[in-house]
Amino acid sequence: MTDKLAQPFSQAKTAEMAENMAADDVQGRSPWTDARRRFMRNKAAMTSVLVLSLVLIFSLFGETISQFDNETIDWDILGSVKELGRPSIENGHFFGFDENGRDLYNRVVQGSRISLAVGIVGAFVAVIVGTIYGATAGFIGGRVDSIMMRLVDIFMSIPYMFVLILLLVVAGRSITMIFIGIGLTAWLDMSRIVRGQTLSIKNREYVEAAVAIGVPTWQIIFRHIVPNLLGVVVVYATLLVPQMILTESFISFLGLGVQEPLTSWGALISEGVKSMNYGTLWHLGFPLSFFIITIFCFFFIGDGLRDALDPKDR
Amino acid sequence: MRQLETRSHQLGAKYRKFLVGRTGKSPGLVHIWEQFWRRLTLVKVKRAALLHGDRMFNFILRRVAVAIPTLIILLIASFWLMQSAPGGPFTSERPLPAQVLANIEAKYGLDQPTYVQLWNYVVGIVTEFDFGPSYKYKDRSVNDIIAQGFPVTLTYGVISFVLAIVVGGVLGMAAAIRQNSWLDYFAVGITIGAQVLPNFVMAPILILIFTLWLGWLPGGGWNGGEWQHLIMPVIALSTSYMASIARLTRSSMLEVLRSNFIRTARAKGLPDRTIIYRHALKPALLPVISYLGPAFVGMVTGSFIIDAIFGTGGIGYFYVNSAFNRDYAVMMGLTILLGSMTIMFNMVVDILYAWIDPKIRL
Amino acid sequence: MTFTIKAALLSSAFALASPALAAGTHPVTGEKLADDQTFTYRVLDEHTSVDPQIVEDVSGSEIVRDLFEGLYNQDKDGNLVPGVATGYTTNDDKTVYTFTLRDNAKWSDGKPVTAGDFVYAWQRLADPATASEYQWYMEVMNIKNASAVMSGDAPVTDLGVKAIDDHTLEVTLEGSLPYFAKTTTHTSTFPTPKWAIDAYGADWIKPENIVVNGAYKLTEHVANERLVRERNEMYWNNDNTIIDKVVSLVINDENVALTRYQAGELDRTEIPAGQYPALKASNPDEATAFPRLCSYYYTINVSDNAPEFLKDVRVRQALSYAIDRDIITEKVLQGGQTPAYTFTPGATAGFEVPSVDYATWTQDERNAKAVDLMAEAGYDKSNPLELSLIYNTSEAHKKVAIAVSQMWKQNLGVKVSLENQEWKTFLNTRGEQNYEIARAGWCGDYNEASTFLDLVQSGSGYNDAKYNNAMVDELLADAKTMDDPQANYTKVEEIIAADMPLIPIYHYAGSFMIKSNLIGSWPVKNVEQNWYSKDLYKVAE
Repeated sequence: MTDKLAQPFSQAKTAEMAENMAADDVQGRSPWTDARRRFMRNKAAMTSVLVLSLVLIFSLFGETISQFDNETIDWDILGSVKELGRPSIENGHFFGFDENGRDLYNRVVQGSRISLAVGIVGAFVAVIVGTIYGATAGFIGGRVDSIMMRLVDIFMSIPYMFVLILLLVVAGRSITMIFIGIGLTAWLDMSRIVRGQTLSIKNREYVEAAVAIGVPTWQIIFRHIVPNLLGVVVVYATLLVPQMILTESFISFLGLGVQEPLTSWGALISEGVKSMNYGTLWHLGFPLSFFIITIFCFFFIGDGLRDALDPKDR
Repeated sequence: MRQLETRSHQLGAKYRKFLVGRTGKSPGLVHIWEQFWRRLTLVKVKRAALLHGDRMFNFILRRVAVAIPTLIILLIASFWLMQSAPGGPFTSERPLPAQVLANIEAKYGLDQPTYVQLWNYVVGIVTEFDFGPSYKYKDRSVNDIIAQGFPVTLTYGVISFVLAIVVGGVLGMAAAIRQNSWLDYFAVGITIGAQVLPNFVMAPILILIFTLWLGWLPGGGWNGGEWQHLIMPVIALSTSYMASIARLTRSSMLEVLRSNFIRTARAKGLPDRTIIYRHALKPALLPVISYLGPAFVGMVTGSFIIDAIFGTGGIGYFYVNSAFNRDYAVMMGLTILLGSMTIMFNMVVDILYAWIDPKIRL
Repeated sequence: MTFTIKAALLSSAFALASPALAAGTHPVTGEKLADDQTFTYRVLDEHTSVDPQIVEDVSGSEIVRDLFEGLYNQDKDGNLVPGVATGYTTNDDKTVYTFTLRDNAKWSDGKPVTAGDFVYAWQRLADPATASEYQWYMEVMNIKNASAVMSGDAPVTDLGVKAIDDHTLEVTLEGSLPYFAKTTTHTSTFPTPKWAIDAYGADWIKPENIVVNGAYKLTEHVANERLVRERNEMYWNNDNTIIDKVVSLVINDENVALTRYQAGELDRTEIPAGQYPALKASNPDEATAFPRLCSYYYTINVSDNAPEFLKDVRVRQALSYAIDRDIITEKVLQGGQTPAYTFTPGATAGFEVPSVDYATWTQDERNAKAVDLMAEAGYDKSNPLELSLIYNTSEAHKKVAIAVSQMWKQNLGVKVSLENQEWKTFLNTRGEQNYEIARAGWCGDYNEASTFLDLVQSGSGYNDAKYNNAMVDELLADAKTMDDPQANYTKVEEIIAADMPLIPIYHYAGSFMIKSNLIGSWPVKNVEQNWYSKDLYKVAE
């Protein structure tokens, strides 16, 4: 439809690109350099990186500009938060007070830290487990592959949120358990994707060569397969982080999240939603803004990475 | 099949490099691309195998054969997890006198060893299709709970699902075709916004707006499934999936539109409409179809929030609460129900996938 | 004994004097009645059952009180008024009670309600095969042979209850129980129709099968959504029933329920913690708060496997003194709760709250004393005590725990780790004494102080602190047979205040939004909140 698309097929250009793609190990611009350049050109993604960095800095060092902490109750405010607890720059309570008379700014800072940690660690767990599992199944192939993938099918039919609830009920509640639990429920998709990729990488010349000279299987998996999967894994992991953050918020909504006085975006939002009709809208507004902005950023970065690492769009 | 694949490799190798590159491929898309490319290079044999009746039958048979042990494993695992959770169905604020507790446990067979309980439970299901009693809601059985709650969940679930696919698909498609127009920006903006708002935030906001401020809709309940009672649950449940589907459709449609075969079609001077409906639609839907499985599971989870906030009486609320109540039979009955639904659904998705892309082995 | 024969006579007199309602006005007060007499209210959770002998939760009992009628009912103030029974006689030592049943009481299928129906129901309750969670209520009622029947050692026919004739029910007790008639307002003692249960089995309580003898019939039940009950034309006092239809809607989220109330979908809903003052200001005719027969407290683990520091009475006292109850009731909950320094609520019938020392001090004095006690016990801000506090998942419990932990921290330097546990896990942890300090709440089973104080008896199954004091046990045992046990109760309360195995925090209040046309008839003075839809009415506005 646009002129660009209707342009006649440029034979020379294609040949050049195909050359570049093939020249993986040849000196010159590696695909990674290309990808970086393409990513840098993506305005939405670059803005997101900037914003996300700000959120990260906020979550790590936000406390330093406040004279309060996340757990001390101001007894004069407690009970009349609606009238006296509004956000204010002058008194240093930038985000006002929460319903229990505590400084909301510091709670959001600390909640950001937990939510980002859950998102990143959860995605990390999912990626590690999923990559190893998928790469192993894909590379070994044959009966092992079909058994391992059948197992994934079986796991896929388990209502995972329920398993997560049961896990938190059985094993008691701790941040570690939340990290592991959330991560473990998300590795299945990862393993399928990685397996698919492995199957295609497996037939490459360098892998065949490695097999021919008798390199042990696990070494091939870690030396050749996994590094070549990195692109897919990075893209998927970026998109997984917001999913983990959303899952954590659901867990907090159920009351199974982190313990007081610690908090998370999910916990803050679900408290804010409960009181949104009672004239304290900032309880919802601040955490929800951070939550939405962060998830936006991860989406844009994920999309940007995918476009950058996926040369076929060019 | 093996042979076909090898052949496709040889045939497509030259272009494949161009299309796929070496590293860093996007998740589903590259795979789909490969399949698609193979399809183009295999015009003559393309209908050779997969939609053949026998194969389909074998496929379903195989899946069902796997489904049964899957369900059994699922049952044992959840039973074991449940039993190892602290407290039991009759743990209460006022601990029951030992004699009373003994009488109750005898009535429900909870005084027997765990494996006997499990066996009896399975036998009950197989012989009488009896999923046991609820320990918490003593005047009804799990069968009663399912018979009543499942149609409710199914009604708003299916409507949400269809709505998400149709609206999301159309929106994504339109955005892709008119890329960079106001429609595109509008669609992208709306969908990203909708995708990040958790439904436990959206649901109470809907009630505030439509029930309290505008007074247009009842704030909850089911009332036999009257349309007024359906609107808010469906919006709250479908929006984020609608958004995901719109985004997916848009990006995969864009990719398809930029592909060689579409360029060729354009070069041939085919009208846009034909190109889109005849050539672009099916491949563009592949990633959407692979998303349906996770979307379905997500909606089952989401139904808990719908039931909890709108008081619709579906099984989502029973399900999550059965874990908190240690209502073993309800928990297991619903696990089996939802587990088999998921298995069935994944099977349908796979068949759909194979129908659109005959290169997939069933 | 609060049974007033006068009230009973009065209300039956009305039944006779005004067989039909004057159109549109209340027979007693003469208020103009609204045309639409449908009462819609919110319940937190699906009820467990509507079978009188099986039901075990509050919302289920509310329904059962509408569908069935026992020997006695309660009036607006919690006094006994005749139900199916018109009166009773008793022997001198109060071990045999003979109830006379009214002859015009009918089941909804037209059969008369007979003494045999009560015998059947009570035997059914005690029968081990029924496996009711309320079997033990037969022991509370002290009925002869209840324990033997429950354990299966004696046939159900040995239970001390028999029908002399269709309208005379004789109950034999193990020992004297002066307040026996009061126990018959409990839903588990309501009659049940044997023929319906025989015909339909467990399905007899389904709307299409159920046979009832109360003022309402069950007409619709959708689990986790709604339950509808409508006027029972066969009810003996149907002419005086004003509310035509009662609808209970299950709404799990109290804030959503309030929104729906404000949108006019409900006539009654609970007020979320902390919102009472604002709602009272905006809707003075609808927001209401009244005392309940319940206590909120923190129980301290003093069992053998408790940590050493909790066995130090000074630590326990310091922890209690450092809690500013006024802040909890006035700033955290704000719903009409009263600060508690002793265990039994002042609303309990015939109970006078004893004055204990620390209740009379100012909070500053209490704080100072607490710091001293902590120092004596060897803890101060540089050597802080560390302890954990568990509570079950709930907004209100969380708010109280956060406030208390900060009070301990700010006043005493105690480092508190809060642990929120899901309900069953919580009960398990607390019941096995795997805790240090745990949130607890107790509502009276009946309106008498012993229902609370029995909790500190060493043998009580509800004594989660595992508090053991021979003196307390003796005082409580003696109180059972005393005419006026107040003196003993006072002593027990004083001992608790000194030993502090539990920290009383506040006495509950019920805070509700009730539509202004209904609120006038709501029994706010019934501290047990046993309400009957048949006594409610909506006035015209």
